[in-house]
Amino acid sequence: MSTTSKRRRALVATGAIATTITLALAGCGARAGDDTSGGGPTAAASCVDTSGSTVKLGFLNSLTGGMAISEKTVSNVLHMAADEINAGGGILGKKIEYVQEDGATDWPTFAEKTEKLLTQDCVAAIFGGWTSSSRKAVKPVVEKLNGLFFYPVQYEGLESSPNIYYTGATTNQQIIPAMDFLASKGVKKLFLAGSDYVFPRTANAIIKLYAAKLGIQIVGEEYVPLDKDDWTSQVAKIVAAKPDFVFNTINGSSNVGFIKAYYDAGLTPAKTPIISVSIAEEEAPAMGHEVTGNYASWNYFQSLKTPTNSKFIQSWKAYPNSSGVTSDPMEAAYISLYLYKSLVEAAGSFDVDAVNAAAKKNTITFDAPEGKVTLDGKNHHISKPGHIGRINADNQFDIVWASDAFIKPDPYLEGYDWFPADIRKQLVGAAG
Amino acid sequence: MTKPKPWLSLSGIGVFAVLLLAVAPLVLTDHWLNNLGKYCCWAIAAVGIGLAWGRGGMLVMGQGVFFALGAYSMAMHLTLETAGDRVPGFMVLYDPLAPLPAFWEPFRSTAFTLLAIVLLPVVLAGVLGYALFKRGVKGAYFAILSQALAVALATLISSTIRETGGDTGLSDFKYFFGFVLNDPANKVMVYLIAAALLVMCLLAVWQLYRSRFGELLVATRDAEERVRFLGYDPANVKLVAFVFSALMASIGGAMFVPIVGIITPAEIGAAASILMIAGVAFGGRASLFGPALGAMAVGWGQSSLGSTWPESWTYILGLLFIVVILFLPNGLSSLPARFARTRRSAAQQPAPAIATAELEGVRS
Amino acid sequence: MDVLIPQLLNGSAQGALLLLAALGLSLTFGQMGVINMAHGEFLMIGAFTAYLVQRVIDSSDVSIPVALPVAFVVAGLFGLLLEVAIIRWMYRRPLDTLLCTVGVSLILQQAALQIFPSQGVPVEKPHWLDGQLNSFGYNWPLRQLFTILLAAFCVATLAAWLKYTSFGRRIRATVHNRDLAETSGISTRTVDRITFFVGSGLAGVAGVAASLIGGTNSQMGTQYIIAAFLVVAAGGIGQLKGTIIAAWAVGVALSCFAYWTTGSLAQVLAFILVIVFLQLRPQGLFTVRTRSLA
Repeated sequence: MSTTSKRRRALVATGAIATTITLALAGCGARAGDDTSGGGPTAAASCVDTSGSTVKLGFLNSLTGGMAISEKTVSNVLHMAADEINAGGGILGKKIEYVQEDGATDWPTFAEKTEKLLTQDCVAAIFGGWTSSSRKAVKPVVEKLNGLFFYPVQYEGLESSPNIYYTGATTNQQIIPAMDFLASKGVKKLFLAGSDYVFPRTANAIIKLYAAKLGIQIVGEEYVPLDKDDWTSQVAKIVAAKPDFVFNTINGSSNVGFIKAYYDAGLTPAKTPIISVSIAEEEAPAMGHEVTGNYASWNYFQSLKTPTNSKFIQSWKAYPNSSGVTSDPMEAAYISLYLYKSLVEAAGSFDVDAVNAAAKKNTITFDAPEGKVTLDGKNHHISKPGHIGRINADNQFDIVWASDAFIKPDPYLEGYDWFPADIRKQLVGAAG
Repeated sequence: MTKPKPWLSLSGIGVFAVLLLAVAPLVLTDHWLNNLGKYCCWAIAAVGIGLAWGRGGMLVMGQGVFFALGAYSMAMHLTLETAGDRVPGFMVLYDPLAPLPAFWEPFRSTAFTLLAIVLLPVVLAGVLGYALFKRGVKGAYFAILSQALAVALATLISSTIRETGGDTGLSDFKYFFGFVLNDPANKVMVYLIAAALLVMCLLAVWQLYRSRFGELLVATRDAEERVRFLGYDPANVKLVAFVFSALMASIGGAMFVPIVGIITPAEIGAAASILMIAGVAFGGRASLFGPALGAMAVGWGQSSLGSTWPESWTYILGLLFIVVILFLPNGLSSLPARFARTRRSAAQQPAPAIATAELEGVRS
Repeated sequence: MDVLIPQLLNGSAQGALLLLAALGLSLTFGQMGVINMAHGEFLMIGAFTAYLVQRVIDSSDVSIPVALPVAFVVAGLFGLLLEVAIIRWMYRRPLDTLLCTVGVSLILQQAALQIFPSQGVPVEKPHWLDGQLNSFGYNWPLRQLFTILLAAFCVATLAAWLKYTSFGRRIRATVHNRDLAETSGISTRTVDRITFFVGSGLAGVAGVAASLIGGTNSQMGTQYIIAAFLVVAAGGIGQLKGTIIAAWAVGVALSCFAYWTTGSLAQVLAFILVIVFLQLRPQGLFTVRTRSLA
């Protein structure tokens, strides 16, 4: 034991020296302030190789963990779209060769896999994601590496990126139509129920602003963690608040618990209906008859009558492992691949800058199952029709309201005077 | 069981250091070097778990709590550094006029942040450990309580979206103490810091295991009452080991942030905390290198096997837990010794007896 | 009072479900020191059994009563399989069973995700559970009353079984002193297996009840397991009454916190409450003298 203290001193010295050397050797990168004039470190040159007969694309969804519940179908439908495009001759004559990655319901994993897909697999573009959190994890990576990411789910808006294309709805294509619908029904008192994460929180912040303008009173606002099913105590607050309508931004299986508790508390669609933005044809069956008669706001419903939609439904029903029903996020995922195809064909190249330049011309438009959609080259969202559906006994939606025209995407709500300009300015500033 | 020569272990650490600090940056691509950095962070936490669980017998199932303290301290500093004078972007929407939450303010200071990464886990583990160990909470109770704590903290962070970024976490850091994070040279530097810290943690436990304290810790694990009869307070012994393991988890968490570029409650909750243990069990809980190498192996498996077979990876991980714990309670690092022993004692002993002998092996 | 009483009922219903989930854990932990992290997945198995029974018997009025015993047996058999295949090799290392069963739970979750529709499956509530009972000036949701009655029935049956049957006596003997029981000619291995079967089966019953409350999907077990363990720890091992009181207290705490604070904070507060309680009373509410690891 007598030598211990001497050894310990030696040890501390070794550690200190090691650290110093490490820092001295490595600390030669750019420092803050260096990059203000020169535009900063440039992204590594793209390693995408399309000289062969194929083009590599990355598919990134959670196939394991909690979100696999929702994301597996999106992943399947992406495969179907790739098969369809390949059967039709591919993109610019090149067959799609996809690399499937698992995000594992873990946002850092989404970031890691994005980097892997772009730098190791050298994919031309990445498709997938579901939660806003996963998108926010992917965003800095695709921006740093100048990649492309196609995101297929409705979300809270207030975002745009030169490296992301959004084929789901932004707030003015789903939340605002839903609020207009409520106003047209003469709703005076509204209750907000949501899962505790970024989409419901942001959506409700916007709903509150618009409700003030519409003269709708918000009589309560409740959140429950995403992974909790029990809503009984929160529903008791809804009973006490006596709203005319409930705006539901709950996501995932927590919806099932909410609907069951709601029904149990004696609240009915006849007296206090719910309007949801995350219950679609896929989710409704798990709630049984207790959800029948309530509303949902989406752009796409399986019950829409368009020629492209019947083809989409048919191919999906014939696809292996198909659930048999189609839903809005699935449709958005399906068309994300077709959007990419149109973009590449307009650009005549798989190059990211060329694709973005083609988007800028505002000429990309094609027939989607939801109708003829047009890409907005500035904010990378697409125009969509607004629809409100009412859940019937077959867990399908009867369309009870439709927007007059296709709604142009407006992620920063610039066309809405009730959205405070200073918040918008700060958000754009923070994003840029 | 004969003790391995201490200098053998030390030269092992030396080889490990050369591999991590000199060879890896030369041979690996940026992507894999960054991944290796991430595994190093888990390995740092794993070394601490090895100390508390392998040597001290405390099954720490909530190391995510301490990982979070380091990670969020660092992430708050980097977020403020990126935001400059403005309020961080994600806070604006929920309440555009409110100022920065008060507890964020001190994290503007580099010194405070570094101090917090070290002191927060020490204080929390100290208080918690003191309260639990003095009351004789141990075994499964301790494991479940620590896990519940991790779940509670993850839920709390998820529900305070304006204050902590919620479920989305904190991300999009541009600078690391003045260095531009996008610069590949700086990414290498961040990696080297993490790797150097891992080597230092290994050196620290190497020293601890050889010291009188190390002996006392193992004695406490194997026969707490006897240690008490010898005039020591086992609670204090455990407390020290627990505090050290918390500190290591916090350091691992702090380095995780600049390397991975995002921290979320999912990284600290039940599943993440258990995954940290998986690596330790796999590598060998009571050995010097086992926890670190095991954690790195599980990390690599997640990146690599998870890509090749996304859906089967979960099965592999599950089987890993079962097979390793069932047949190799001392992890892979016990394989060589075990192989030698089975050869010596021939095939006369039935399998379960070996497993028991294996267990006894930990106690020598 | 208008608020408190419904919350007490709601809390009791939550507590009843927790109790059903915790009973099996309490049995196996008290007797064998085994910490089964896959217990939540046995609950999930029970819920999926309810779904499968509903596929066979169309009317939910009949299928749920049928599903209860079937789920008990199915989940029990899974438990038995776990005991025979894995747990029995590890009785000397109770802490390791915890990690080993984490592996089992990962595998079962992923298997459920791949076998069943990933979005989860519907389990229809019987019509006789539709609506509310109006009495004493309050509206009592029938489903909550059902959960409470189900838990009461299970506890009463279990208590009677432990008290009056020879198997029960053998189990109690094993809990009190395994070696002495062995010496008296009790096959503790058989007793362990029976206990595991019953404990896992009770999780299956809890699963049927849970399928009527929330979603039936691969992830459903995870939300009960930690709370159930806290209940077992707070109740003290080896005693039913401790588990019952602890489950009820945690349920009411969850429900009241959720009403007076927020849904997220409720969970945090309830967990911290139990942790503080265990700090004050590390042995839980009640305890029998055993040789086990507490």
